[in-house]
Amino acid sequence: MGLSNKENRSVSEMIRHNKRKGSSTQIIEKLVPYFLLFCGIISILTTIGIVFTLLVETFTFFNRVPFIEFITSKEWLPFYTGEDASYGIWPLVAGTLLITGIAMIVAVPIGIGSAIYLSEYASQRTRQIIKPVLEVLAGIPTIVYGFFALTFVTPILRTFIDGVMIYNALSAGLVVGIMIIPMIASLSEDAMNSVPNSIRDGAYAMGATKFEVATKIVLPAAMSGIIASVVLGISRAIGETMIVAVAAGSSPKATLDPTESIQTMTAYIVQVSLGDAGYGTTIYYSIYAVGMTLFVFTLIMNLLAQYISKRFREVY
Amino acid sequence: MKLINQETVEKKMTSRLIMNNVQRAILLMATLFGLVVLGILIYRIVTQGIGYITPEFFMNFASRFPEKAGIKAAIVGTLWVMAVTAPVSFILGVGTAIYLEEYAPKNKFTKLIQINISNLAGVPSIVFGLLGLTIFVRLLEMGRSVLAGGYTLSLLILPVIVVAAQEAIRSVPQELRDASFAMGATKWQTIRRVVLPAAVPGILTGSILAFSRAIGETAPLIMIGALTFIAFLPESVYSGFTVMPIQIYNWVSRPQAEFQELAASGILVLLVMLIILNSIAVIIRNKFQKRY
Repeated sequence: MGLSNKENRSVSEMIRHNKRKGSSTQIIEKLVPYFLLFCGIISILTTIGIVFTLLVETFTFFNRVPFIEFITSKEWLPFYTGEDASYGIWPLVAGTLLITGIAMIVAVPIGIGSAIYLSEYASQRTRQIIKPVLEVLAGIPTIVYGFFALTFVTPILRTFIDGVMIYNALSAGLVVGIMIIPMIASLSEDAMNSVPNSIRDGAYAMGATKFEVATKIVLPAAMSGIIASVVLGISRAIGETMIVAVAAGSSPKATLDPTESIQTMTAYIVQVSLGDAGYGTTIYYSIYAVGMTLFVFTLIMNLLAQYISKRFREVY
Repeated sequence: MKLINQETVEKKMTSRLIMNNVQRAILLMATLFGLVVLGILIYRIVTQGIGYITPEFFMNFASRFPEKAGIKAAIVGTLWVMAVTAPVSFILGVGTAIYLEEYAPKNKFTKLIQINISNLAGVPSIVFGLLGLTIFVRLLEMGRSVLAGGYTLSLLILPVIVVAAQEAIRSVPQELRDASFAMGATKWQTIRRVVLPAAVPGILTGSILAFSRAIGETAPLIMIGALTFIAFLPESVYSGFTVMPIQIYNWVSRPQAEFQELAASGILVLLVMLIILNSIAVIIRNKFQKRY
C-alpha cells in the first residue's frame, strides 16, 4: 500500500507548491492593505471636504458682504432686499449662547449629580436599571425632543410664567439640556470610575462620610474628565439643530430674556434650506458663513475637551 | 501635640451624617430625573399618537387633510436611504478600523487618521448636511436624491462605526492571531478567519446603534433637500425622497392640533422602529459577546 503522492512531499516542497498555487492569495494579500488604507483616507477626505466647502463658499460670501460687517454689525436681516439687508452674525451667536447657557444650567448639575450617584452610591442592580434608561434617552432622535419641547414644555411654561412666547429660548434650552444629560452623566461616571478605590478607602478610614468622599476625594480626582464632559456637552448644545428649529423660533436678536423667541445659527441654516433661496444668492452663501462659524465654535470646544482630559489627567 | 477634641467631633458628626443623607437624596433625585422625563415623553407620545395609528396611516401618502395623511412615503424613503447608508458606512467603517488596528504603521499619518476620526465625531450633523449639499448634490450632480442623502448619512455615522469596530477588534486577544500565524496563515487570512469572526458581535452592535442614529437624523437631510411633501415612492437611488424624521418635522411645524397628533403618531412609529433595532443590538451583545 503506497503512500499517495501528496503525502509523500516534504514540508519545504509543500511551501513551494503553495507559493506557486497561491498566487491569487498573494495578490489579495498585497491588495487588501491598500483597500483598507483607502477606507481610512475617506475619513480624512471628509474633513478636507468639510473645511474646503465651508472655506470656498464662505469666501464667496465675504466677496459680497464685508467681513467687518459680518462680525461687527448687530443686525441679522438677510431676507430684506437691497440696502436694507444686514449680515451681522452677533444675534445668531447670542441666540446660540443663550440656548447653550440654559441647557448647561440644566445638564451640568443633573448630569454630574447622576454620575456621582451612579458611581458612588448606587448598587450594582440600580446601575443596571438606570444606565440603560440613560442610553435610551441618549438614543432618542432630536426631532422627538423638539416635539416634546413645543407640545409639552412650552405650554407648561406659558401657564406658570407670564409673557412666554409660543416659540421661546427657555423651552428649547431646557430640552437641549435634558438631551445632553446622558452624555455628561456617562462621561463623568467613567472619569469617577477610574479613580482607584484605595484612595476612597483611605478617606473612609479617616472617618469621612460617603458624601465627603464623593465631593472631596472623588470629584477633585476626576475633575479633568468631568470638565471635559461638560465642554463636550457645550459643543453638542451649540451644534444642536432640530430642538431649536422646532421650539426656539426664527427671530434673530441678541437678548438675555429667555421668554422671547430667538434664532440660533443652526436654526437659521435650516430655515434657509427649507425656503426657496436659490443657488447663487447671497442668502445661499450666508448659510456657509454661518456654518463655518458654527464649525469653528464646536471645533474649539472639542479640541479644548481633548486638551483638558489629556493635560490635567491625574494618573494613578 | 494637639489631640482631637472628642466632644466637637461628636457634635459635628450628627450634622455630617444628616448632610450625607440629604445629599444622597438630592443625588438620587438627579438620577431619577432622566427616568421621569423618559416616562413623561413616552406617555405623552403614546396618548397623543395612538389615535392616528390605523392601517390607513401606513398606506397613505402625506396629505393636507390630517385624516387622510399617512407615513408610507416616509417609511419607504427611510428604508431606501438606509439601503445606501448601511452598506457604505459599514464597509468604510470596518475597513478603516481593520487598517488602524491591524495594518497601520505607528507613524504620524496613522495618528492623523485617528485624531481626525475623533474630531469628526464632534462635528455637528448640520455641517455634514452642508458638505452633502455642496459635494454630492451640486459638485457630483446627484441632485436631491436618495443616493446623496445616503452618502451624507454614511459619512456622518462613519466615526461611530470606526470607533466601535476598533474596540471590538482590539479586544480580540493577540494569542488567537499568533496561533493562526503559527499554522501558516497569512495576515489577511488571519484577519478574515480569526479576528473578524471573534470581533463580529461588537462590530454589529456598534454598527446597528450607528444605523439607528442615522434613521433619526433630520438636519443633514433637510440640508441636502429631502422633500417635506411627497406623494410618490422612490423608484431608484436617483429619486427624490422623504424620511420619517422629516415627515414628523413637517407635521410638528404646522399649527393645527391634528397635525401635532399626526406628528406624535409618526414619532411612535419611529421610536418602535428604533427600539426594535436597539433590542437586536442588545441581544447580539448579550448572546454572542465572548470574553477572553
